[in-house]
Amino acid sequence: MKRIGVDVGGTNTDAVLVEDGNVRSTVKTPTTEDITAGIRAGLEGLFQKDPTNAVDVDAVMIGTTHFVNAVVQCKSLNRAAALRVCLPSCATLAPMADWPTNLSQIVNGGHFLVHGGHEYDGRPITAMDEKAIANAGRSMRDSGVMAAAITAVFSPLTTECEDRAAEILLQEYPDLHITKSSTLGRIGLLERENAALLNASMIDLSKKTINAFETAITESGLDAPLYITQNDGTVVESITARDQPVFSFASGPTNSMRGGAHLANVDEAMVIDVGGTTADIGHLRSGYPREANNVVTIGGVRTLFRMPDLLSIGLGGGTVVTTDPLIIGPKSVAHRLTDEALVFGGNTITMTDIAVASGLLDLGDASRATRIAGDLVEDAITQAHQMVSEAIDRMKIDASPLPLLAVGGGAMLIPEQIDGISQVIRVPHFAVANAVGAAIGQISGEVDHIFRDMDRDTFLTEAEHMARKQATDAGAAPDTLKVVDVETIPLAYLPGQSIRVRLRVVGDLLN
Amino acid sequence: MSNTPRKLPMKDLDALALGAWILGTGGGGDPYHKLLNTKQLYYQGKIATLIDPCGLADDALVAVVSTMGAPLVGKERIPDAHHALRPVRTMEKFLGRRFDAVMSMEIGGGNGLHPLMVSALTGYPVVDADGMGRAYPELHMTSFAVAGLSCAPFALSDIRENDVLFTKAVDSHWVERMARSLTTEVGSTATICMAPRTGAEIKNHAILYTTTQAIDLGHAVLEAKRQHLDPVAAIISVGHGLKLFTGKVVDVDRHATEGFLRGQARIEGLGPDAESEFIVHFQNEFSVGYKDEKAEVMTPDLICVVDSVSGDGIGTEAIRYGQRVTVLALPGPDVFKSTNGLDFAGPQAFGFDLNFRSVFEGQ
Repeated sequence: MKRIGVDVGGTNTDAVLVEDGNVRSTVKTPTTEDITAGIRAGLEGLFQKDPTNAVDVDAVMIGTTHFVNAVVQCKSLNRAAALRVCLPSCATLAPMADWPTNLSQIVNGGHFLVHGGHEYDGRPITAMDEKAIANAGRSMRDSGVMAAAITAVFSPLTTECEDRAAEILLQEYPDLHITKSSTLGRIGLLERENAALLNASMIDLSKKTINAFETAITESGLDAPLYITQNDGTVVESITARDQPVFSFASGPTNSMRGGAHLANVDEAMVIDVGGTTADIGHLRSGYPREANNVVTIGGVRTLFRMPDLLSIGLGGGTVVTTDPLIIGPKSVAHRLTDEALVFGGNTITMTDIAVASGLLDLGDASRATRIAGDLVEDAITQAHQMVSEAIDRMKIDASPLPLLAVGGGAMLIPEQIDGISQVIRVPHFAVANAVGAAIGQISGEVDHIFRDMDRDTFLTEAEHMARKQATDAGAAPDTLKVVDVETIPLAYLPGQSIRVRLRVVGDLLN
Repeated sequence: MSNTPRKLPMKDLDALALGAWILGTGGGGDPYHKLLNTKQLYYQGKIATLIDPCGLADDALVAVVSTMGAPLVGKERIPDAHHALRPVRTMEKFLGRRFDAVMSMEIGGGNGLHPLMVSALTGYPVVDADGMGRAYPELHMTSFAVAGLSCAPFALSDIRENDVLFTKAVDSHWVERMARSLTTEVGSTATICMAPRTGAEIKNHAILYTTTQAIDLGHAVLEAKRQHLDPVAAIISVGHGLKLFTGKVVDVDRHATEGFLRGQARIEGLGPDAESEFIVHFQNEFSVGYKDEKAEVMTPDLICVVDSVSGDGIGTEAIRYGQRVTVLALPGPDVFKSTNGLDFAGPQAFGFDLNFRSVFEGQ
């Protein structure tokens, strides 16, 4: 199995060639405005290192932070219409009700609320108003909006309303791009609708970006399928990814966690990525990041869908250290580190200076760090270690000891001994871990469903069957699929024994 | 004492939501959607007002309102302001007169904001009081039921054009049973208007000034966060509470039985509590807490589990391993501490073979 992994970041584009799990070659090049040139440069770099790198490549996997940056910066987004199938319920809180104004002004392409949707037990709330949906479709066509998001009440339980509404909209407006909320999200109407609307608002950008990826691969002469990495560390074919850009939002941190784990050869571990401003902590289970159970806010918008559970604390190389009393962060000098830190001739004490003063790091002009009092250095290191230990423990789900992968430019701030951590593993060549994480992506299938009055074995078997079908439909080899995550949540107030089950399977790509 | 309603400023809404979530003692549902609904009405110029219960005329008529159902269903079938008003109108039609004011059945959780939507739509002032002083899982756990006040008429609306009115009921337990099965039938969420209360009944039997209490709690937390002070200490100070335990959640056992979320969370001590263990039981809301196997705190005292750093309330559906939490007690309303009150909401009403002893006794 020979794969090329590419990470298109804001600053750098990294490319690696991974053969049967081993990293053969790595290249780092600057990201270019048009994306294509940067990826081409990366691929050509790989082929220059070893011409056989271009031969018999099975797949190219690309991960990018492009989409989440677009939302955070309100850039390159298209307008999107919202169709909510809900009436007579959910009438007073309009779509985009709690969005930042600057974002909703750019994205809002009209709101349409129509009768329909389901109850928690699968009964219809009321008959769906197909006429109103057709009218909405004509309005969308007349306004020229290119994308729409459809959200029906309890669509994660039954997609009937969203499927039919999509058919009707397309009859009226065949060129409309439609995002169905049930393909993205979980129970939680407003958050799922938000995710669907964000997705719809990135369709234009997504098409252009993924076309640029495809062009780069074709121009480089490779004849290999393109896969895009997702928030959960798995990959999907580029044609699927094009329709679901929100699923690539958090692929950056996920790929770095998974790549790091692969390089260190562990698959059950805590991971801490210490950057310039924050330390991000996650938990790898069976080689995949544990997912967030709660609302995740992106660019000020509440969403709820497949995202890694990450805890960020204000501790990084650029974190500002205030003396008397000693306070670490959360302020950071960020990219101005090389101007403002003491060891670079500046006047701000940063954690980098503390690390240099204590001998953990050799960087810049170390003599300038000696002006920090010795006991202050010691106290700051102790406090930083406490912050790290506590944050790691918060992210663990039980008390059993796990290894910790320490990665990122500020990894020297991580102590060797931490309660509940069996060993601290420092990953070599972390610089390209993101691209490695992309290269080792697998295919997943996931179910989030409420089962009623069934015994545990029956509903788990049924849930696994549903997840496996989803994975094989997405291109996974059935015999490689295994269950990596099961969560059962009993539901209060509902009659009988109602259990919400989330179950995920992953497996290799079918060759 | 004033009988002039005052406008509730926008800045109090976030505080009320935060405070109501704390007073929800782990249940009552997240106030987020009702907060958004209320804010939206404010943006349209429809403002809620608050009235001092002692300023009510004895013969004033007050609508006691709330949502009943499953918090999970409320995440999909999100609350509507107009839906909150429907059972109030049903009741008015039956009574042949208008209400003078509106009040929450329970201040804890999302229902703490429920009467604000009705107030903003109708102009009826919100009475600064409620029937629980917190959140409880069942309709009959109110100060009015303890006092033996009438429990009918009772109105319930689903989101369609179905309005139901119980004109007569044997007792509050029957109202709970009938309303619970109706609610399930219409999709596990319904809005209700309970038996109307007079101004005199409110003054004698409601839990007074709980809206203000929730707003004050919320502002205390927000202010502590702004000043980088300890929000937990702020809750204790403003709520006249007691810090019972600080630790880390190490195990959660949760199961759904008879339409309730029941279970317990085990908390391992940290800092001064390092050698101890605390177990907190819940039935939708936290009910009894054991420190080192000895019953330390129990309903009707309020048991609040909050994030040790942020002071945010933690729901019984969301409590999980690794959370750093502080267990607090806030004083429960006196009405539930009487022999009769304990029958409705004491530890035995939650299935514990315990005689109530307040954690505040001898403090």
